[in-house]
Amino acid sequence: MNLQLLRTLQQWRAQKRPCAMVTNLTSGASVLMDENAAIGDLALSAEHLRTARARIAADQSGTIDSELFIRVYAPPLRMIIVGAVHIASALAPMAAMAGFDVTVVDPRETFARSGQMAGVSSMVAWPDEAMSDLKPDARTAVVTLTHDPKLDDPALASALRSSAFYVGALGSRKTHAKRIERLKAEGFSEADLARIHGPVGLDINALTPAEIAVSIVAQVIDVLRAEAA
Amino acid sequence: MTTTFDERRDDPLADLERWIAQGQKAALATVVATWGSSPRPVGSHMAVNETGDFTGSVSGGCIEGAVIKAARESLAAGRTALLEFGVSNEMAWEVGLACGGRIQVFVEPVSS
Repeated sequence: MNLQLLRTLQQWRAQKRPCAMVTNLTSGASVLMDENAAIGDLALSAEHLRTARARIAADQSGTIDSELFIRVYAPPLRMIIVGAVHIASALAPMAAMAGFDVTVVDPRETFARSGQMAGVSSMVAWPDEAMSDLKPDARTAVVTLTHDPKLDDPALASALRSSAFYVGALGSRKTHAKRIERLKAEGFSEADLARIHGPVGLDINALTPAEIAVSIVAQVIDVLRAEAA
Repeated sequence: MTTTFDERRDDPLADLERWIAQGQKAALATVVATWGSSPRPVGSHMAVNETGDFTGSVSGGCIEGAVIKAARESLAAGRTALLEFGVSNEMAWEVGLACGGRIQVFVEPVSS
């Protein structure tokens, strides 16, 4: 690999472009590639190109044959947090540290402003607008923290209509039961509603905002990795 | 309104880019294969410069020292190296994986 190729790789990663570096472990030659392009000093056969593109789609790094190694760079996982509340100020940096691109959504400007953190975007918007902008996908976790039905419910409804891999809602068992009733009335099925982790987080008897954030991040990772395990 | 605070995250490739742009020699070490239990998955990166500074990891601290040494040799010689560590390796008494796993690490100098 040379500096030019490394720079291009870093640009593609910054653009959230799924890509991979394929390296010949004997010669050291490498090629940076994505769905359409392939640049570098390593020429791949049509068959190896096809295999490499399938590996990019599957986010699967590893050896292709005894000589070729592919390192896939998938865009970061995302976490959408609804509610720039106290727990968000612990959850957002923890999730960012775990590798998530985090967006904190809150229509209340003072709340959103107080939540400015490294690696974290904040968005002053109503949750339903934010969700239609952010388009959660299978690599997105959605966590609602406001306790306020007029903020949490629309976000949860959007999350349930998306393929988000994790949906969690803060609130006691009682609050959660009421929430389930409201969403049922909106037409969501038992199976839809079973996707919501509520009360949110692994049960570690968490008390403080930071402890609750640990339990949420732990549960999100558990759900994420359980799929692959 | 969207505000993004994009401080540099833990990214060995960013360190590699910065070192080389500053005129230092630097190499990239990558886990290319693992067998049995191993502390870091395939694709894990560690960046190493000529003075021995490093970021990222290829194991849980078990073999980093040996990989840094190999990376500096690789930089001096200007060629790549494919390293293997594990219980089956004769270096096991010296540098090995306590977890009993086996890993292969590819080291490549990144040219300016």
